[in-house]
Amino acid sequence: MSVTTPEVTTATSGLTAHQLREQRRAKISATIRYVILAAVGLLMLYPLIWLIGASFKTNSEIFANPGFIPSEPTLDGYIKGWQTSTPYTFARFFWNTFLIIFPKVLFTAISATMVAYGFARFEFPGKKILFATLIAILLLPNVVTRIPQYLLFRDIGWLDSFLPLWVPSAFAGDAFFVFMLIQFLRAVPRDMEEAARVDGANSFQTLIFIVVPLLKPAIISVCLFQFMWTMNDFLGPLIYISSVEKYPVSLALKLSIDTTEAFEWNRILAMSVLAITPALAVFFIAQKHFIEGISSGGVKG
Amino acid sequence: MGSDSRFLGLAYVTPYIIGLLIFTAFPFLYSFYLSFTDYSLMSEPNWVGTKNYEKLFTRDRTFDKSLKVTLIYVFSTVPLKLVFALFIAVILNYRLKFINFFRTAYYVPSILGGSIAIAVLWRYIFADTGLVNMALAVFGIEGINWFGDPTNALFTITLLRCWQFGSAMVIFLAALQSIDKSLYEAAWIDGANQWQVFRNITLPLITPVIFFNLIMQTVQAFQEFNGPYIITEGGPLKSTYLLPLYIYEKAFKNFEMGYASAIAWVLFAIVMVMTVIAFWSSKKWVYYAGDKRS
Repeated sequence: MSVTTPEVTTATSGLTAHQLREQRRAKISATIRYVILAAVGLLMLYPLIWLIGASFKTNSEIFANPGFIPSEPTLDGYIKGWQTSTPYTFARFFWNTFLIIFPKVLFTAISATMVAYGFARFEFPGKKILFATLIAILLLPNVVTRIPQYLLFRDIGWLDSFLPLWVPSAFAGDAFFVFMLIQFLRAVPRDMEEAARVDGANSFQTLIFIVVPLLKPAIISVCLFQFMWTMNDFLGPLIYISSVEKYPVSLALKLSIDTTEAFEWNRILAMSVLAITPALAVFFIAQKHFIEGISSGGVKG
Repeated sequence: MGSDSRFLGLAYVTPYIIGLLIFTAFPFLYSFYLSFTDYSLMSEPNWVGTKNYEKLFTRDRTFDKSLKVTLIYVFSTVPLKLVFALFIAVILNYRLKFINFFRTAYYVPSILGGSIAIAVLWRYIFADTGLVNMALAVFGIEGINWFGDPTNALFTITLLRCWQFGSAMVIFLAALQSIDKSLYEAAWIDGANQWQVFRNITLPLITPVIFFNLIMQTVQAFQEFNGPYIITEGGPLKSTYLLPLYIYEKAFKNFEMGYASAIAWVLFAIVMVMTVIAFWSSKKWVYYAGDKRS
């Protein structure tokens, strides 16, 4: 009903009336956008906020109200959840996770950088076919290779050890990372490398002293993603790790669901909070690298 | 770099070649062989011809159900997730304040991705007296039986994966931000409305990333395991029993390696056919600007 008002009051200048209307329309659509964004943001974050709140609730309160602030905050879930129903505490399971993540991230970074350098900077026989296999691996569902891989690791006696979980990555097995680094390298001018070669550096020295520093942001992205994915990996440990003393966090969490869920909900929620804490912490410290990594890996593809 | 041997590059990619042969190529071919055997870990593999495949397609009710559920899951989750991701990316692409804040907030669920902790959280959120039903009660809506009803259970997993739309959205957003603004100005001057601009300028220009997201999300969706394994355990009535769960159970619970390999190859064949169709059709709808290689 007030829509016509500006036209009446500013009738002296038609242009202003038009501009006012445009301004108002822009304001309304901006408001709509903010409302949508805020609503979606709430949907995105509320489950996590609720999770953190609920981990401090008593068991009777968890399914009693949808708010996230506990009425009688308790550390019960954390203390008892940490102890677990096994002879080990979660400290052990976090340590096991670390023992998988550390070599996996380190050797992924080294092998993926080397291989990407080879693909991006050299011509060699069979390069086209090899590059095609890289794309094929990117699209190959892991289920197809999983069974023979299991048999292979069984035959060399690696079952119930961490080796099957990280050794394939040490051979640049995660095509996604190699691909990401190749894309990044292609966008980097070769001037500095060529200058170094003219000055007598060999290709390996050029890689270490010129290319690696240039690639640093991309290598950091690779490490972050690998950290995150390994932290979240469940199926790998489920297949290869059988003794509880070697369980990583993801398996331990599944174990605590199976053993305590019927009544001790806050223990499971508390341990879930701890399980996502490393990933969240790393993300907030280095979020710039995540966003850049994923945008460059995808868009330039 | 002229003085280098033409094999120097090969030296750098050697780790990849070794890994490719041992951990991918050999297992790939060997699982194809296994799918024609009755291998069960206890005895040597015996060649049984196409018996596994015949059984799969004629006598295995579980496979029928599992395949159907998998296709429903993939064809509902991927489009929903991508449309939502694109919608949010388009909104974020307006020069709004706090865009970085929203982008980060939306990306957090993707970071936690397939983690078991999030699957656990989902169980609690959609439980009978869980967060969702409690929230519905606030608005006076009767609670929904999420996990007990076969038609709802699969949907909770679809929702979980749509909740993780962040990485697809970040890719869309980067593509939207790289569109030349002068194209829009020309369209505005010609009097095009917002929808026409989106339909005729924005959408064609971002088809390469739509294609990329579509392929990656589809391949990923076909391999969904953690969600149904933890949240619904495949039930109720096998309504969330996706093919990866079936393969896992056959291979690593019953140790029917030969039969499991056959299922895995059917899954692989489906993914491959879809990928080929996508690549083939992409010539018709994916727009590559001038000099773009790939």
